[in-house]
This record gives sequence, C-alpha cells and structure tokens, in this order.
Amino acid sequence: MAKLILSMDGLVLKEIPLTKERTTIGRKPHNDVQIDNLAVSGEHAVIVTILNDSFLEDLGSTNGTVVNGGQIKKHFLQNNDVIELGKYKLKYISEGGAPAAATADFEKTMVLRPSQMKAAAEQARAMAAAGGAGQAAAVAQRAAAVQAAGASAAASGIADKDAAKLPAAGAPAAAAPPVAAPPPPRPATPLGAIQIISGGNAGKALELQKPLTTLGKPGVQVAVLTRRPQGYFITHVEGANQPTVNGQSIGTAPHGLKDHDVIELAGVKMEFFLKT
Amino acid sequence: MYGFRSQMREMRMGLSEALEIATCTDPGMVRAHNEDSIASDAANGLVVLADGMGGYNAGEVASGMATTVITTELQQLLQTVKPHQTADGTNEQLAAKLLREQIRKANTSIYQASQSQPQYAGMGTTLVVCLFYDNRVSVAHLGDSRVYRMRGEEFSQVTRDHSLLQEQIDSGLITAEQAKHAAHKNLVTKALGIDPSVEPEIHEYETRPGDIYLLCSDGLCDMVSDEDISMTLSMLGANLPLATQQLVQMANDNGGRDNVSVILVRVLREYPAARGVVGKLFAWLK
Repeated sequence: MAKLILSMDGLVLKEIPLTKERTTIGRKPHNDVQIDNLAVSGEHAVIVTILNDSFLEDLGSTNGTVVNGGQIKKHFLQNNDVIELGKYKLKYISEGGAPAAATADFEKTMVLRPSQMKAAAEQARAMAAAGGAGQAAAVAQRAAAVQAAGASAAASGIADKDAAKLPAAGAPAAAAPPVAAPPPPRPATPLGAIQIISGGNAGKALELQKPLTTLGKPGVQVAVLTRRPQGYFITHVEGANQPTVNGQSIGTAPHGLKDHDVIELAGVKMEFFLKT
Repeated sequence: MYGFRSQMREMRMGLSEALEIATCTDPGMVRAHNEDSIASDAANGLVVLADGMGGYNAGEVASGMATTVITTELQQLLQTVKPHQTADGTNEQLAAKLLREQIRKANTSIYQASQSQPQYAGMGTTLVVCLFYDNRVSVAHLGDSRVYRMRGEEFSQVTRDHSLLQEQIDSGLITAEQAKHAAHKNLVTKALGIDPSVEPEIHEYETRPGDIYLLCSDGLCDMVSDEDISMTLSMLGANLPLATQQLVQMANDNGGRDNVSVILVRVLREYPAARGVVGKLFAWLK
C-alpha cells in the first residue's frame, strides 16, 4: 500500500498510509492530512487512490502545489515524488510497484457483453472464411467466437470499466501472453508431527502433511491443527472443554504451536514437534 | 404431534431453528477495498452474496445495493407471501417468481444509478441468492459467484458460472484442468446492473438435514482448490463460524489476490411449510 511521509526541514513528522479513496490535505482540521501553516490553504489538495495508483490534484490553493520542483494542477504520483506545500514536504512511497498493479488489475472481474461476443463471432467467421475453412461447423464457430471474444476483451479492455480510468493498466495486460497466473505458493513451513504420549495409543506418531488435521472424538472434543505459511496452529472446534497447550487452556482463538509443545485433548497427551 | 408443534414453532420463529448460518468477508491480501457484500436472514431462510465491480468505490456501491434491495424487499414480501405456493394462473413456484422480481428490481436500481451518476458509470455485480423454504432451496445466480453443497461426504458445485471460461469448457475448447491456469478467469458473461434488463438463472433443489451450503465469491474458489474446501467443510462442519474463518484464511494464505466472502448454511432439521387444512385438501385433490 502506498503512503506519504510528512516532513519539515528534513525532520520526519508523520507517516500517512493512503488507505482511503480520497485523502485530503489542508489547513482546516477536517482534512485527512492537516498541516497547520498559513502557507497552506484550508482545502489545499487531494490525493485520489485507485487500486495501486494515486493522483494528486490541487484544489485551487492560494500558494499552489509543487511536485519535484514544478507547479502542478493534476499529477499522477510516481514512487519517491516529493510534494511541497510551503515549508512542508510530503514524500510519496508506493509499495508493490507497477507490475503488481498491472497483475492485480488484470484479475479484476469484468463483464463480457453479448454484443461484444457477436462482433467477435463475425470477426472469427471472417477469419475462418479467409483461411478457407468454410466448412467449419456452427459449433466450432461459436467456440472460436468465445475464444476471440476473450482475446479481444483481454486485449482491448473494452469490458473493463476501470480501463477508462486507468489507461496504464490496459497496455501491460494486453502485452501479457494468455498464460496462467502463477499457482498459489505452497506453505513453506517445515513439516510438523505429533506423537502421542499417554493413553492406549502412546508412542504413535502422525505427520501433519495436510493443511488441516482434526484430533479428538467427534461430539465430545475436537480440535484442528492447521498448517499455514507462518507455522502450525491449533484451534478448538467442538466440545465443552478446550484443549490445553503446556497445561494452559487455549480458549477459542487459534493458538500458534512451537516445537515440543505438549497438547492435551480429550484426556490424551501428545507432543508437537517440527521435523528438520 | 411433532409436526404440529414444529409448525407452531415455525410460525413464531421462522426458519432460524432449522438453519444455522455463518458468514465471513475479508478484503484479501492485495486489495485495499472490499467490493464484496453479504447479507443473511435465518428467520426468512435468506442468504445473499454479491461481488461488485467498477472503478473507484462503485463496485462496493453495486454489491451493497444488490444485497440491501433484495434482502429488504424479500423480508417485506415474505411476511405475507408463502414461497411454497404457486403463482396465480401458472405452475411456477412463488419462490422463483419472488426471486426473479426482486433481482430485477435491484438490477433497475443499480442500472439507473450507474446511468445517472458519472462516478458509478458501468458498475455492476455478480450475485447469488438462496431462499430456503419447505425443505427446499431456490438458488438464483448471475456471474461467477458460486454455491456448493456438502451432503455427507459428497461435495458438489450447485451453480454453473456465467463466465467466458465456463463457456469455453462447455464448448470443449479447454479442459477443466487447463481452466485452472487460464488467464481470463475474470470475464463474466452475465451480471447485475450492467444492462437495463436481466434474466437470472434460478433452480430449485431439495434439501436434507445435515446438508451444508457454501456461497462464495471467486476470491475463494480461485485461491483454494475444491479438495481443500471440501476437506475444510467435512472436518470443521461442526463449527461453522470457524469453518468460514478457515476458508478465508486459506484464500489469504494462498495469496488472497481478491476479496473473499463466504456464507455457510447448515440444515439442522426438516422445515416443511405450514399448510392449512384447505391447502392439504388441495394437495390431495391434485
């Protein structure tokens, strides 16, 4: 997420994350960024943030808004831009960078209109005729239309209502070949396991390979062990009593497990450990 | 005797004793805004989920309008109208008619707002609505938000996406396996509020006690495999709020590239409609 760093005479005063769609800057107290200095107008400027892009606009201030030494009315903010308001400086830091913005935007849900499909179908038919594939069945034409519609929609971004407002987003998306977004990363946690210490099954061990493993007796007491990128967690699922970890009840919230923690559940003790 | 008592209770309590509902919605790990919107009303057996689209915050406005209009209008109507009855002069169940009419009403509201206010131009939303009544569920949908059902060990997808990808699968252009890695998962072919009129897809299904219904936005099914969703429901089905949180967490742990919304509905017991003596006679005569 992008942020602003407010400073005066090289002294950092404040960090402001750009979480809102409109972040207002001015002297009056209702502004999101209030700068109490007479060189700053009551409503001086506004930063409009759409996805990962931010636009700065001067709201007709008396002394104007300066970005990187030049007076601006409207400005598409780039990483490390410095906005000057009187003696104050606001540095714009965008995190994530442009490629991430393009990817995120490309994945936004868009509508494909029937009219577009029709246009694409005609285009496909013309292409088929030109290629001498006149005998192509109606089914194949429909299929081609669907494919062409996808390609044209992806390329032109007509259906993407954000494209009009974010002209930069269309181009990288079109340039991207129609290949997959990378598969979600698998949890990179070292493999954990539990070994039962007490009861009839004492000594038995169980590797925790799956994202979820439930323990206990359904209807009596059940807990779940979840495997996440940050490590393993135990959470109470059902039953009047909550499991304990190292003798302490875990309550109803997820509880992070450390190597060699001892879990007690439905009268059975077990040790959690990480395999190396 | 049981039947009579349960009917008496139903008249007072609605369906809140027959249905357990848990919901969770999250902006995900990448987006700053949550453009998804959800609503649930156990007493009326109603759950609604919408995934908005459009620049600035128009997506949130569209999905919010969809859930609000449909929920409030149906809540009003269900005070007087019984969804299990058939509409006058047709064989159509009132439930389907009610859903279609209210969805069209929401469509008109969103479309008009997008036409009259430039900042909302072109906004729209996907939609899934489930109305539970008389041991049945009526499912209406538009776009790529989904309904799944867990019955015993069997996990199945109830809705078929209105998306380019689904059309490509149906026409045999690509396989379901290739679809997982396709680039244009995000193109929907139907949505609410985009055009002046809309025809939602509506189907009826019988429900059984023990069934769990999952409504979700594409932020869940794009990030978490069906196997992992199914495993979560079968393992954590005893604790629905925990299961919703776990599903959202899994989507976020896998990257959380989109907003994630999840509604789970469990059928606790049967909920036959309370038919009067005259109604029973009619049913017997038919």
